[in-house]
Amino acid sequence: MSSGQRARFRRKQAILRRVVVTVVMIFFLVPLYAMFDYTTRDLASGGRSMRTWKTLLDFGKVSEQYPDLRTGFIASVLLAVLTVAIMLVLLVPTMTWVRLRLPGLSRIVEFICLLPLTVPAIVLVVGLTPIYAWVTYLLGGATVWLCFAYVILVLPYAYRALDAGLRAIDVRTLSEAARSLGASWLTVMWRIVLPNLRTAVLSASFLAVALTLGEFTIANLFSRTNLQVAMYLLGKSDAQISVAVGLLALVFAFVVLFAMSFVGSGRAGTSAFARLRHHRKETA
Amino acid sequence: MTEPTTTGRRAEQGVAVRLTDLRRTYAGVNALDAFSLDLAPGEFVALLGPSGCGKTTALRCLAGLEDPDSGTVTVGGRDVTGIPTSKRDMGMVFQAYSLFPHMTARQNVEFGLQLRRQPAERRRRRAEEMIELVGLSPHIDKYAHQMSGGQQQRVALARALAIEPQVLLLDEPLSALDAKVRVQLRDEIRRIQLDVGTTTLFVTHDQEEALAVADRVGVMRSGHLQQIAPPQELYSAPVNDFVADFVGVTNRLRGAVSDGSAQVLGGAVALLPGSATSGEVVVLVRPEHVTVQPAPDGGGNAAVVSASFLGAHGRVIAAADTGDQVTVQVAASAVGGFPPGTRVVLTPTGEPALAVSAD
Ligand SMILES: Nc1ncnc2c1ncn2[C@@H]1O[C@H](COP(=O)(O)OP(=O)(O)O)[C@@H](O)[C@H]1O
Ligand SMILES: [Mg+2]
Repeated sequence: MSSGQRARFRRKQAILRRVVVTVVMIFFLVPLYAMFDYTTRDLASGGRSMRTWKTLLDFGKVSEQYPDLRTGFIASVLLAVLTVAIMLVLLVPTMTWVRLRLPGLSRIVEFICLLPLTVPAIVLVVGLTPIYAWVTYLLGGATVWLCFAYVILVLPYAYRALDAGLRAIDVRTLSEAARSLGASWLTVMWRIVLPNLRTAVLSASFLAVALTLGEFTIANLFSRTNLQVAMYLLGKSDAQISVAVGLLALVFAFVVLFAMSFVGSGRAGTSAFARLRHHRKETA
Repeated sequence: MTEPTTTGRRAEQGVAVRLTDLRRTYAGVNALDAFSLDLAPGEFVALLGPSGCGKTTALRCLAGLEDPDSGTVTVGGRDVTGIPTSKRDMGMVFQAYSLFPHMTARQNVEFGLQLRRQPAERRRRRAEEMIELVGLSPHIDKYAHQMSGGQQQRVALARALAIEPQVLLLDEPLSALDAKVRVQLRDEIRRIQLDVGTTTLFVTHDQEEALAVADRVGVMRSGHLQQIAPPQELYSAPVNDFVADFVGVTNRLRGAVSDGSAQVLGGAVALLPGSATSGEVVVLVRPEHVTVQPAPDGGGNAAVVSASFLGAHGRVIAAADTGDQVTVQVAASAVGGFPPGTRVVLTPTGEPALAVSAD
């Protein structure tokens, strides 16, 4: 290929890239715009009004007027935190251990972790009902205890993300090196494995957060009020507020994703975050 | 959490290590089979053997990374069988690059000292000292991915030595490096080991490497130690044909034994202890223990197949009339005198060699 041909080829590729990006953007942005458009409509007069957004941005008023939304929001945030915590505590040591000591079990662990993908939420609820009778009996009927069900729900995604992270490092050699230097298993986990899994842990956590914040079926079937259920209930009485909250939730998720990908980018130890930390230590 | 405390022991003295009758099987494979090995305090022992013969397993049993099915491991007179790795006080360098990727060279070296709760100032000094010992002072604040393979292995060595381990364990630390770095680093490992005096076990499948660095070399086969001896002895007096074949180049020459010596290529060769004592034998003769001369009148007992120049010396390969192929080491300048097809006289110099039964 001559250099002229190559330049033309590259130009063509650049154009194609731009077209694809534009189409994707439109695909995502049009529904968002439609949501925004709907929330700014004045349904009585047919004109424009920012009434919905004003209400929504006044936290005191929101929690007063829409108590369900407030409980749902708090429950969902708590659920997200708890789900991520339980998922990490459960998966990271297990997967590391299986990789190090019980490679024969990896197939089974993978199978179990991916299983929830194949079970529809309704079926999951049917199966979980007797278990949740116990949970309610032991811990009470608060919405946050849905976190156990959500951990199962996020298992496949979290597994995939963590598995990719574990594959990228030589956990075995690293942990053996640390052990020979005198590290206990806990130290190996905390100071060697986790820091090198940072990106994987972040993406697993993000997937878990996104899934938890967006979960409706299980919460609804168990008659618990999380954010989605609250929005649904609200939709029946005040559709505009409901859609506005939905839009906010989407934007929030997008911001979280963006922030996480920024923090997690770069090689272990060389990300902007790590450099900052290093720099602070130097100057201290 | 239980972490080892700093030991007051001086590393310079080194400790004795004894592996006794170790056995380890993996799904029917005998990785170690009645394996015994003693290391004197401060000694540098190399374990040599083909891939899969159990070298790594032996080293891992000593490190506590693998539990033997039976047998005992004692370090400095203390039975450590069953004690976890983290409490054995072993410095290890692995074949795979093992630096912690999220730490700089300095932080890697300091890691073991941190676990021993050494004060920051002492840690810092020790890390700098160790990094200097391996010649990497300018790179002390680099991450693993900013260093070459050889540099990474040097840092790994510094990290292992920083904790003043009782024993230094090296599992093919050079096999991922290219030839030149390999030779350079192996000599450096030896220099450093003599410097610190730590008892060291070095595992390799490269015989040249083993012979070059170790006080004694142990040759392994199928989980069993065949012979352990200083390099010269291993080379000049192998106990069996496996050792003779594995260490250096050897010719297998057919001959017959009679009253304590073997007749090969029309000359007499003294026999090493353990040789076959009668009948048809194969005698294992080193290339430098055979001389080659052009036969004046087309006579002689062999014909040259090829002659090559190898830098420091040359090599002539000849087909003996007995049917044996014979490799002979010659002076580099003599290579030109042996074009292929030349009739030559091969004569054994008579150095003691091992004779094994011909079948
Ligand atoms: N974790 C393991 N599982 C199954 N077989 C193993 C394992 N480790 C080693 N082996 C087997 O034990 C034998 C010795 O292995 P190893 O000690 O690694 O040899 P070397 O280091 O000399 O190449 C080999 O046959 C190998 O296949
Ligand atoms: Mg090995």
